[in-house]
Amino acid sequence: MTALFDINQLLDELEKGLRRILAERGIEDPVLIGIRTGGVWLADVVGKRLGVAEPFGELDISFYRDDFSRIGLNPKVMPSSLPFDTEGRDIILIDDVIMSGRTIRAAMNEIFDYGRPASIVLATLIDLGARELPIQPDVVGSSLALEAHQRIKLRGPEPLSIELQESGQ
Amino acid sequence: MTATDPSPNHLQLTRDGQLRHFLTLDGLGRELLTDILDTADSFIEVGERSIKKVPLLRGRTVVNLFFESSTRTRSTFELAAKRLSADVLNLDINTSATSKGESLSDTLLNLEAMASDMFVVRHSQSGAPHFIAESVTPGVAIINAGDGRHAHPTQAMLDMLTIRQHKGRFDGLKVAIVGDVLHSRVARSQIRALNELGAEEVRVIAPGTLLPRDVENLGCTVEYDMSKGMKDLDVVIMLRLQKERMEGALLPSEREFYRLYGLSQDKLALARPDCIVMHPGPINRGVEIESAVADGPQSVILNQVTNGIAIRMAVMSMAMGGQMAERQHKQIENEEIRA
Repeated sequence: MTALFDINQLLDELEKGLRRILAERGIEDPVLIGIRTGGVWLADVVGKRLGVAEPFGELDISFYRDDFSRIGLNPKVMPSSLPFDTEGRDIILIDDVIMSGRTIRAAMNEIFDYGRPASIVLATLIDLGARELPIQPDVVGSSLALEAHQRIKLRGPEPLSIELQESGQ
Repeated sequence: MTATDPSPNHLQLTRDGQLRHFLTLDGLGRELLTDILDTADSFIEVGERSIKKVPLLRGRTVVNLFFESSTRTRSTFELAAKRLSADVLNLDINTSATSKGESLSDTLLNLEAMASDMFVVRHSQSGAPHFIAESVTPGVAIINAGDGRHAHPTQAMLDMLTIRQHKGRFDGLKVAIVGDVLHSRVARSQIRALNELGAEEVRVIAPGTLLPRDVENLGCTVEYDMSKGMKDLDVVIMLRLQKERMEGALLPSEREFYRLYGLSQDKLALARPDCIVMHPGPINRGVEIESAVADGPQSVILNQVTNGIAIRMAVMSMAMGGQMAERQHKQIENEEIRA
């Protein structure tokens, strides 16, 4: 396990990128949704920095995963909570890591079951590449290519830190 | 057909402990029961959305196989399956006593040939769902929706969910089950679940004629006098008087039963002031329960119905997940053997 990044620097990047996109698109009153678990921690920090109105939403995408038919239901599923009307709203969707893009597909499917948003901006702290779906984040804290035996994990919620885990060595 | 399999878990669980059928609560530990309740909590949230559907069972076929009539259980199973995006087929089958065994197998093999993934089974004979899971259609997930006097595990679990919602815990709770315990598959499953989840005391309150002979072995205390039995209760669960199952003169009269064992406001006042009142339905007003109690502030009877959908969604998706994980496992094993 190695501390790999300065987490504050990545959060600064996310904040800066989101401010730019919101300004470009003329979005003044977005709602913020984090994907459980790491995305929820990040949403809390980034939302406060941006001054987005609370409460923030929390998504558990277990009911929308595309690997249900292979591994069954996640036994630790928690209720999703979107304590605002998403219909016609501009949504900022946050997750800690993007790789295949499957989590984001599941999250967008779930969001649409609550209503039809006006737009979704996707922000992820780390982009690991290795995409399997045509889904790209609008804002990224940092990009990184991992070796096959490496895993990355966000620890939190207080303090937030990023760990690189080496396995099978 | 009997329901006396001492260790049903080789049948109910996959090799890594996931549910693949849901037949009985016997042998299921506190951790798995808690997982079911937690998963159901997440499905309650789904029921509050504008689109009350998740795609978990999309493309799967669920057959509601009711050999015994039921309105509430069948409709909540149907809604649960539809909210999981499954295709649902409802079959009400009136069995003729003579050809039951054979026609049951044939019916099921035909349904299996239609590529069904799950059977929700209600049957008047104890053990019918076990028999189906074990001998008839092992690749189809079987959910027990009530079998004879044996078990009604989804009803018991929705009751546990309701208790947890209102009390936040099981430790230290005193729970009474009142009425026709003898004919009640619900009571058996409830006693089992309450003990496993750690309730302090499970008390049955009934006349001796409506108690099974082995009642103490079920893990409960027995009280014949309801006025004494109501003392200190946190939860009182009323059972329906199963008139259609009564054989011979077990009761002097309905009016006498109500006087002794009906839940009136007077009797409820003997329990703790925050005692909740539950009933699996359908209620016989004025037979087991006074209308003012059934509709009163301590009644959570309609919460039970709402929770029934969430519990059934949880159990169906967990069992289907277990079946599919197992199929995947077998496929990998077969490929390894070939390679």
